[in-house]
Amino acid sequence: MTKALPLLEFTDVHVHFPIRAGFFKKEVGRIRAVNGVSFTIRKGQAFGLVGESGCGKSTVARAALRLEEATSGSIRYAGEHISLFTGEERIKFRKRMQAVFQDPFSSLNPRMKAGQIIAEPIRVHGVKPAGEVRAEVDRLLELVGLPLRFANLYPHEMSGGQRQRIGIARALALGPELIVADEAVSALDVSIQAQIITLLEDLQRDLGLTYLFIGHDLSVVRHICDQVAVMYLGRIVEMAPSEELFANPTHPYTRALIDAVPNPDPAAEAGRHIEPLQGEVPSPANPPSGCVFHPRCPLATDRCRQEAPDLGPVAPEHSVACWNAG
Amino acid sequence: MSDATLSPADNTRPKRRSRLLVTLAGDRKAQFGLIVLALFALAGIFAPLLAQYDPNEMTLDMMAGLSAAHPLGTDDLGRDLLSRILYGTQVSLFIGISTVALALAIGVTLGLVAGYFGGWIDTIIMRYIDLQWAFPNFIIAVYLVAVFGTGLLNVIVAISLAFVDDFARIARSMTLTLREEQYVDAARTLGFSKPRTLFVHILPNAVAPIIVQATVSVSYAILGEASLSFLGLGVDVSTPTWGLILADGRSFITQAWWLGVFPGLAIMLVVLSINFIGDWLRDALDVRQKAI
Repeated sequence: MTKALPLLEFTDVHVHFPIRAGFFKKEVGRIRAVNGVSFTIRKGQAFGLVGESGCGKSTVARAALRLEEATSGSIRYAGEHISLFTGEERIKFRKRMQAVFQDPFSSLNPRMKAGQIIAEPIRVHGVKPAGEVRAEVDRLLELVGLPLRFANLYPHEMSGGQRQRIGIARALALGPELIVADEAVSALDVSIQAQIITLLEDLQRDLGLTYLFIGHDLSVVRHICDQVAVMYLGRIVEMAPSEELFANPTHPYTRALIDAVPNPDPAAEAGRHIEPLQGEVPSPANPPSGCVFHPRCPLATDRCRQEAPDLGPVAPEHSVACWNAG
Repeated sequence: MSDATLSPADNTRPKRRSRLLVTLAGDRKAQFGLIVLALFALAGIFAPLLAQYDPNEMTLDMMAGLSAAHPLGTDDLGRDLLSRILYGTQVSLFIGISTVALALAIGVTLGLVAGYFGGWIDTIIMRYIDLQWAFPNFIIAVYLVAVFGTGLLNVIVAISLAFVDDFARIARSMTLTLREEQYVDAARTLGFSKPRTLFVHILPNAVAPIIVQATVSVSYAILGEASLSFLGLGVDVSTPTWGLILADGRSFITQAWWLGVFPGLAIMLVVLSINFIGDWLRDALDVRQKAI
């Protein structure tokens, strides 16, 4: 699988938002939401992106979906630069890559019935002839485990989990290869989270989907993803296959994140020593010098304060951006 | 509400009754509004059959009070008031509704475009709207009629352009809020065109304040036409519109109260009906509200 076709490639991608002030809207600063991110998602993979809120992981998702344009760097889909897609190509790209959004209460148009929501992309892009749209909607509803009567319900008449299933059905309507799931289960109750995760896994298996799965809950990401990247302040600080990352976390930030996950076994939890991270995430408008993590890092040295480490390999397929690693 | 309640056996799609009809059944005010408006519309259409007199026929029976021959009395030139109001219905209703429809179409489109695209498009549109905002609506209408001349079409265009700014502002502010919604991101991700995103995903969620503004504007449009008529810039002196009748009667309000009251009553009933209908539409179109 590791040698499968690269589907989505980020190469040194920056997404900066200018801060403007004054009458002439002069740029007075920049929010460096994504600051030099590179990764490759291969066909069939479930790639996880984790980090605290504000670390830029959602901006990565938005850049991949072309909801934000990258300031610099290249984003390629199946080898082609997504920023160059226009007209027909853009539609073709949209059909191949779809998204499931975070908030099931805002991601569905409240004025449309679930059936209309799912049917709309099918009709607009002529995926099926008009006579078969309804059958296709029924098929998609079944695929996401909802009874057909849901086609006639409005979003506000459904629960969060049911709405998220509609969101997934809508994303599947165009028959995509890659699905960007931006915090797709974060807003749901834990019991519903499990059902949606199971659904996503089943769909991946049955339809051969590739996922870019964005989350902040490590246990969820560990469960669903086979490759995980940890982001901090707009950069990837560690990237490895899921098992490797959780077995040998190398970056001090990754270790702190993994330590912060509570152990469900009270006996084990009681004896566990946790070193909580000190301080807050610095502002991406004014990132620290050197390694962006140094103000909070227990291992920081003078070198960390001055020079930024690059992502480098410490083991096969495992790379870390830390001077103290390896 | 747990997903466990989903029963796969229940695989039917029950038909839903039309929300418009369901909500109308329980809305007395909307029923009143529709009936009154329908009666006025019929009166307007069949005015030549219903009116006993030529609306412009002058007699020596001036400012006669209410009587069997003249149910609503006569005006200062001896013209039958009921006949004049009946003939005026058509033009007044048409102006009231068509100006608002035109202003709404132009204003809402400008507001949607300005709010959604932002940047220089927003700057250009909104600076124009600010410019218009700086003048009283009526002055703009007077100016436009003065430049382009009187006549039904010109009056409609002039009054509607004067109202464009209100609709543009409302639509823009709603768009600014709604474009941050994830379903708008979803529409972009699904590759929908910008017109579809604007008119299918943003506009339907912004209708409530727009409908309120539209219903209020109908009355201003009817009165706006009256004001233009008063200045001699109205549709045509020979066409008795409600506004014109009201404006004419104003000078004689102490001697002949009916000259002001009846055309005013007609305007009030129409405006009230349209407000009731607007309230009903606003609620009926908001699917989140429970249908009664």
